[in-house]
Amino acid sequence: MKPAPFRYVRPQTRMEAMEALARYGEDAKVLAGGQSLVPLMNLRLARPKVLVDINRVAELGTLERRDGVLILGALVRHRQVERDVRVTEACPILSRAAAHIGFPAVRNRGTVGGSLAHADPAAELGCVLLATGAVVVLESTDGRREVPIEDLFVGPYTTCIRPEELLVEVRVPVFGETTRWGFAEFTRHEGGFALALAACVLHLDGQGRVAAARVAVGGAGPVPVRLREAEQVLQGAPLSEERVAEAASFACAVEGYDDVHAPAWYRQRLAGWLVRRVLQQAVGEEM
Amino acid sequence: MDRISIALSVNGKPYQLAVEPRRLLADVLRRDLGFTGVHLGCEHGVCGACTVLLDGEVVRSCLMFAVQADGYEILTVEGLNTSGELHPVQRAFIEEFGFQCGFCTPGMILSAYRLLQEHPNPSEYEIRRALAGNLCRCTGYVDIVRSVQRAAVLLTQREAYRAP
Ligand SMILES: Cc1cc2nc3c(=O)[nH]c(=O)nc-3n(C[C@@H](O)[C@H](O)[C@H](O)COP(=O)(O)OP(=O)(O)OC[C@H]3O[C@@H](n4cnc5c(N)ncnc54)[C@H](O)[C@@H]3O)c2cc1C
Ligand code: FES
Ligand code: FES
Repeated sequence: MKPAPFRYVRPQTRMEAMEALARYGEDAKVLAGGQSLVPLMNLRLARPKVLVDINRVAELGTLERRDGVLILGALVRHRQVERDVRVTEACPILSRAAAHIGFPAVRNRGTVGGSLAHADPAAELGCVLLATGAVVVLESTDGRREVPIEDLFVGPYTTCIRPEELLVEVRVPVFGETTRWGFAEFTRHEGGFALALAACVLHLDGQGRVAAARVAVGGAGPVPVRLREAEQVLQGAPLSEERVAEAASFACAVEGYDDVHAPAWYRQRLAGWLVRRVLQQAVGEEM
Repeated sequence: MDRISIALSVNGKPYQLAVEPRRLLADVLRRDLGFTGVHLGCEHGVCGACTVLLDGEVVRSCLMFAVQADGYEILTVEGLNTSGELHPVQRAFIEEFGFQCGFCTPGMILSAYRLLQEHPNPSEYEIRRALAGNLCRCTGYVDIVRSVQRAAVLLTQREAYRAP
């Protein structure tokens, strides 16, 4: 099957892209890596009237580290997140997670902005960025707003991004000397979407106690979620077997969904097991 | 529907053509330009039969519009033996029975070709990981993995032979 006809617009600058979105409104869709949008169009599940191809907007493809923040342009490809030393040094959890997105050919095209805007509940980046406390920057001809990643996802494949808005970049706090992290997912086959995944980022104080913790679970339910109760359990003390077990128990209570791949209870149990794994990774041999 | 003119380089030769924006790169390569080594299986990114190299990197040609490839260099399986002699990766697939019906083979060969550029001596795990996105309904993969291992040997020998 072939995509339905559409009008193709290829802006060269961010401003031109935003003007095109403002002009065509709901009729338009941004085309980034195309790794989610084009399959939907090939199956005619999506029939946008206008495609705004942002691939030639060089300013959206930049990657930089400034004032303790790693700034990933919307067009940075998963392959670069996986390999660029600036990412592996500043936020290694991102590189680890990006290596699990689909296959090499998919990672060569798929983009950070596209993954977040598409909001697949099982996407690696959404879950991991939730654990890092990232901020997403959205821009339109009316102005700019910064959205904490917690507020981005409102449902499966649904975000708070308005039709005339462009996701321009993601800002991720750079990891420090005392930052510990873990990432794990369960899939049935290499490159497949995860049945559940988990990520954690912990900041330790001078005494090895957890000063701040963020734990996130994805794939189990409609949106990736932070486990705030688990974070509270971890806070203020060194990680111990007991605390890890208690924190992980909260993951079994996340909202889970049933589909052909697995029932909700299975995903919840998986989430509990994965949270345990990522916390153990975070402390390494120290525990 | 309006057509847009684009310029592509395929297997080292330049092409100028006018395409409808909705034409997939795979269809333009296969139907308009005759590179029938580009196979279409699933048309939604899962099977890898349509794999080509875009400026040297593997991509799904069913998930790109041809207009997006304007100005890029593309390599299809046909581009591996322009000299009339099979490429070592192609020879290895024949020697090790890496294919049966051949439908997945162009994608497998291009993925393997790219892997061996980066890792001339890949482990079995690296081979399986690099080819995980290329489905084969015939071989059971064991002979494909062996073909890539054989290709690594053939390529190393070729390099050694070429060295001064
Ligand atoms: C075989 C296969 C396996 C995959 N496996 C995984 C996996 O395991 N994990 C995973 O996370 N993903 C997976 N994906 C999807 C992933 O590759 C994509 O990166 C991602 O979901 C979409 O990113 P994209 O850049 O390709 O966006 P596109 O497909 O171009 O766009 C997706 C959506 O986002 C919108 N959009 C894109 N960019 C912007 C922007 N800057 N501002 C506003 N809106 C925007 C588009 O309009 C569209 O609605 C897989 C895809 C395939 C084909
Ligand atoms: S035809 Fe492109 S991946 Fe299957
Ligand atoms: S040889 Fe038939 S699909 Fe692979």
